Amino acid sequence: MAASETRAPRIGRLERSALTGVLVREVVNYSSYWRSSTFSSTVEPTIYLLAFGFGFGSLVSTIGGLDYVDFVGTGTVATAVLFSSAFPAMFGTFVKYQFQRTYDAILAAPVDTEELVTAEALWIATRAGVYGCVPMLVAMVFGLDPSWGMLLVPFIAWLAGFGWACFGIMIAGFAKSIENFNYVVSAVITPLFLLAGSFFPLDEFPDWAFALAQINPLHHCVQLVRHAVFGLEGWTDLARVGALVAFGLGVWRVAIIAMTRKLVD
Amino acid sequence: MERELAIRLRGAVKRYGPITAVNGLDLDVPIGTCVGLLGPNGAGKSTTMRLLTAQSIADEGEIEVLGLRLPGESKMARAQCGVTPQLDNLDTTLTVQQNLLVFAHLYRISRGERRAAIERALEMAKLVDRRDSRVDKLSGGMRRRLLIARALVHRPRLVLLDEPTVGLDPQVRQELWALIDALRSEGTTILMSTHYIEEAQRLADTVMIMSHGKAVATGAPSELVREHAGRQVLEVYGPPARLAEVEAEAGSAGLRTRRTGTSISILGVDGENGYEIDGERRPANLEDVFVLLTGEEIA
Repeated sequence: MAASETRAPRIGRLERSALTGVLVREVVNYSSYWRSSTFSSTVEPTIYLLAFGFGFGSLVSTIGGLDYVDFVGTGTVATAVLFSSAFPAMFGTFVKYQFQRTYDAILAAPVDTEELVTAEALWIATRAGVYGCVPMLVAMVFGLDPSWGMLLVPFIAWLAGFGWACFGIMIAGFAKSIENFNYVVSAVITPLFLLAGSFFPLDEFPDWAFALAQINPLHHCVQLVRHAVFGLEGWTDLARVGALVAFGLGVWRVAIIAMTRKLVD
Repeated sequence: MERELAIRLRGAVKRYGPITAVNGLDLDVPIGTCVGLLGPNGAGKSTTMRLLTAQSIADEGEIEVLGLRLPGESKMARAQCGVTPQLDNLDTTLTVQQNLLVFAHLYRISRGERRAAIERALEMAKLVDRRDSRVDKLSGGMRRRLLIARALVHRPRLVLLDEPTVGLDPQVRQELWALIDALRSEGTTILMSTHYIEEAQRLADTVMIMSHGKAVATGAPSELVREHAGRQVLEVYGPPARLAEVEAEAGSAGLRTRRTGTSISILGVDGENGYEIDGERRPANLEDVFVLLTGEEIA
């Protein structure tokens, strides 16, 4: 007879205490590297904004009725979201799995892979929600007028950030080595980044490229942010939110499958 | 009446492609005892440890931890276990105290008890003065003490130690033995894997010697020695040719031998059997049993 009298209470899936445990680890760790992380997440989109703003902005004054600075200032919100979610998720997950073996320690505690992946994605999404607003704030310094709709931007950035975080975790889950990321960055992230409409409108693109943009979550993020700032478009934008939700849920589940295969043998 | 078991494995099998890491393992760890898994590298010790936290899922067999069936109820079992991995996976840019805080959360210690739990772990690891030091500033021994204390922060009923002193100085190993012994005397159940014979002999109530994913012998260290190696061993030194001769002679006299590199150990020369040859007599030890049962050649 085994020791069954003192059974612990039955515990289920996606428990709050498990998510909290993983989040606390991230928050405490963040306290040791927030400077570098905030620096890169702020400076990078600012450089894009300035380069395109001054470079392109001298050739083009307005796009689709918007000042170019306003156009690119809202567009680069999505860039900041991508850079502060997909990349940390890919590299962070791989490093924690392969080099620091952090996940071995976490999974020996009462935390399942599903909870681990979810908590990591929630944390990265929250950071992306904050860092995503930086280009918009910088653009305000250069003349972007404040509007109430801007208050929606952190939430849009959070939603898109969740999807890209799960995407990055998924890639790390499938990657055999950290060099594999090169393929993903070149073949997936860079095209999606350029085909998002952050720096130039996609209207002049050939039809196939325009169609491709419609399945690019980053494009929907760009459009939602612009519309939130300059005026929402009802059902179309609701459909874009739906697309981001579907993207997030889809890659979330696949990321869990990929990481389970990697972490539990 | 059977004793209550903290760990019960029956016929556990774990394969990785063509390699069978654990091959039909039975293992009982009674509550309140310290069991040592002793075996050469590749014997399946670490895989056995991973099976117990459901980080590896067995292909066959039954596994129960604290009365809970794995892998289905593994999370409940893990909540009551503490695990020290073989490879250090502390958060190196955090302080000692921050590392413990993170695990106090991961092991769901309630807000009111968290501070006391961290203090207790700091004291156990003798790191009270170093609480604010970053982990990458600690010595190897301190890091390992912290790694163990981190697994104890929630007062687990069962502690799994995977090679707790591998790669450390003798002095540091002794420090850790004291820590593990203190835990044992508090009545915590311990399963420890090691390939250091002295460690198993000092700390374990029961030793299971593993080879190629199977248990080849189980018992108290002293019983294993008596049963498999007898009381006395005759150690004969000499040039290789002489050793081969001695080996053949002892073999034809029906005695078992093992090579120790520089000498031949003739086992079970317990007095009356009249085997006489020049050599040093010494008591048989667990190392004799270990080499005898797991083979002399390193695979």
